[in-house]
Amino acid sequence: MASISLRNVKKTYGKNAVVHGLDLDIESGEFIVILGPSGCGKSTLLRMIVGLEEISEGEILIDGTVVNRLEPRQRACAMVFQNYALYPHMTVAENIGYALKVAGVSRSERDRRVREVARALAIEAFLDRKPSALSGGQRQRVAMGRAMIREPRVFLFDEPLSNLDAKLRIAMRAEIRRLHRKLGTTSVFVTHDQNEAMTLADRIVVMNGGKVEQVGTPAEIYHRPATRFVAGFLGSPAMNLMEGEIEPDGTFVQDATRRLRLSQQAGHAFPGGRAVLGVRAEAARLVAPGRPDALPAIVDFIEELGASRIVHVDFDGLSFAVATSDNPALIPGDRVGIEIDPRDIHLYDSATGERLEPVTARQTVHP
Amino acid sequence: MEKRVTFSTTAIGLLFAAPMLLLIFVFFYWPSAQALYWAFTLEQPWGGGNRWVGFSNFRQLLEDPIYWQSVTRSFVFGISSTAISMGMALILALLTDRELAGHRLYRSVFIWPYAIAAPALGLAFRFILAPEAGLLSVINRVWPDLWNPALDGKDAMIAVIIAFSWKYIGYNFIFFLSALQGIPRALIEAAAIDGAGPMRRIRDIQLPLLTPTLFFLLIINITESFQDSFGIVDVMTQGGPARATELMVYKIYFDGFKGLDYSGAAAQSILLMLLVILLTIFQFRFIERRVHYK
Ligand SMILES: Nc1ncnc2c1ncn2[C@@H]1O[C@H](COP(=O)(O)OP(=O)(O)OP(=O)(O)O)[C@@H](O)[C@H]1O
Ligand SMILES: [Mg+2]
Repeated sequence: MASISLRNVKKTYGKNAVVHGLDLDIESGEFIVILGPSGCGKSTLLRMIVGLEEISEGEILIDGTVVNRLEPRQRACAMVFQNYALYPHMTVAENIGYALKVAGVSRSERDRRVREVARALAIEAFLDRKPSALSGGQRQRVAMGRAMIREPRVFLFDEPLSNLDAKLRIAMRAEIRRLHRKLGTTSVFVTHDQNEAMTLADRIVVMNGGKVEQVGTPAEIYHRPATRFVAGFLGSPAMNLMEGEIEPDGTFVQDATRRLRLSQQAGHAFPGGRAVLGVRAEAARLVAPGRPDALPAIVDFIEELGASRIVHVDFDGLSFAVATSDNPALIPGDRVGIEIDPRDIHLYDSATGERLEPVTARQTVHP
Repeated sequence: MEKRVTFSTTAIGLLFAAPMLLLIFVFFYWPSAQALYWAFTLEQPWGGGNRWVGFSNFRQLLEDPIYWQSVTRSFVFGISSTAISMGMALILALLTDRELAGHRLYRSVFIWPYAIAAPALGLAFRFILAPEAGLLSVINRVWPDLWNPALDGKDAMIAVIIAFSWKYIGYNFIFFLSALQGIPRALIEAAAIDGAGPMRRIRDIQLPLLTPTLFFLLIINITESFQDSFGIVDVMTQGGPARATELMVYKIYFDGFKGLDYSGAAAQSILLMLLVILLTIFQFRFIERRVHYK
């Protein structure tokens, strides 16, 4: 177990900056998930921690020691690769035991520990097989076993579940969580699947374009997205976002027919500012059309999810989703009203994408 | 619907294949048939065409210690030059694979020697290895007469082995490099994380995964050393001194064209052909059976 600290870490390939000055502190025993769209530098970050990629600038510390110049083998981190990277010419047992063999552990000791790990992962039956004779899920387990056997200070996972089918992915997710509870090893897990991130993480690091957008618990990230990017990235459906002006009296104006009352504070804090207003689909309510303070809209289509449904409505070209658990008798083309509680409104600066705090300071975070 | 003129596919196919078939026939089957004919017949001493003699040409050959010496020499030559060129090529490829900057350049630079015709290569090496004026003349200045391929059979053998190995280093290098590049980077990285240093990774990961390539090149190199060595030997040593570099393929030429013993030479070439066929079959069988890692 170990803590990890990143201090102003940068990575450039030639002239191309990929990670821009990243700061992050990971506590010992924490399960951190790095979440972000494709190409945002998640793998690069992970590879810098494990030592496969040089750090262009800044420092990485493991347990308080700067590891910038250390070889991967000196960092005592274990990594699970997306494609597992099992040694194709070795049996499962040899794959799992390879690190011990390199370390010069005796054969009998090695066998004993390989068995132990194999038992924990329920892959004892395959120990003599080559990886090519295993299913995706079994290979995944072998890759985990190979990482576990070394009792590393840190586990690093680079989208380890993305090659599995949906059912197996959920099962493996639970297994990884269970293993983490049992071993308590500091873990950094990279994914672009937000469900994976929400269910696994103690804390989520949301990255975009080589920068950290937000670090927080899954609840914090969900309920108080720190930037417009995070607001639009997390949640299914993603948060509804619309751009408009904040008037001095605290009214958000999207267009002539759509005005939303914000708190008095907002008007004082950002008079005449352009802002992006965000509302989660489950925070908006469908009401009869023409109600004062409700935004007029037209039903576009309805997504049936069984227990609930998502009504997609149209604001003159801007699409807006409302989640509801009752069963409104609506058909596409119907006129409806959308009511939004000012407390459920998130506001972001339209230029910088930063969250505008005063408006939403009263909001409670549900852990 | 678009209308299309259709031809009989067989006729068209044959038409396209014809030039190549003709080439193969003229330059391969016909000479082979001719060689077979000579190998099993003997020219009458006083003219009057060839007489069928069955296996007697072969029997004579296999009882001839001079023939066996050329076989031994061919194997010495083949094994040493294969070991040298594959070994060097592997080292170069491993170094190149680690530091990829400019690998495109290496690729083309290293394939050039292979493209040089054997006689030209032989000529170049004759100068390079000349005892009086070549690069190795330095040795002779320190230890007079230590290096003299024109007189010393061992030196001559070393000279042709060096020349031949040099030619094949590039060829082997290309195969090794592309095989190395075919090994997923993540495997090497996983091994590095597992604690293996560069040498250990070569031994445990890269070399085992190169075995199909190693084996393929081994057979190719040995086969080529039996055949492609002719030009180099002819230009550098003419099989001398005192037959010290008379390899199987050179002896065929020498007996046939210098000694005018067509039947003996033909029998030798049939034996050499059998040897090459055997190696090739072995290679195919082995490659088919080899586990392919996926
Ligand atoms: N060796 C390299 N040379 C140049 N650019 C690179 C190199 N490796 C990665 N990049 C660039 O760095 C950026 C981040 O890559 P990275 O692999 O970290 O993304 P990622 O967040 O892991 O994406 P994904 O979710 O698709 O795996 C990408 O824009 C990529 O093109
Ligand atoms: Mg990645």
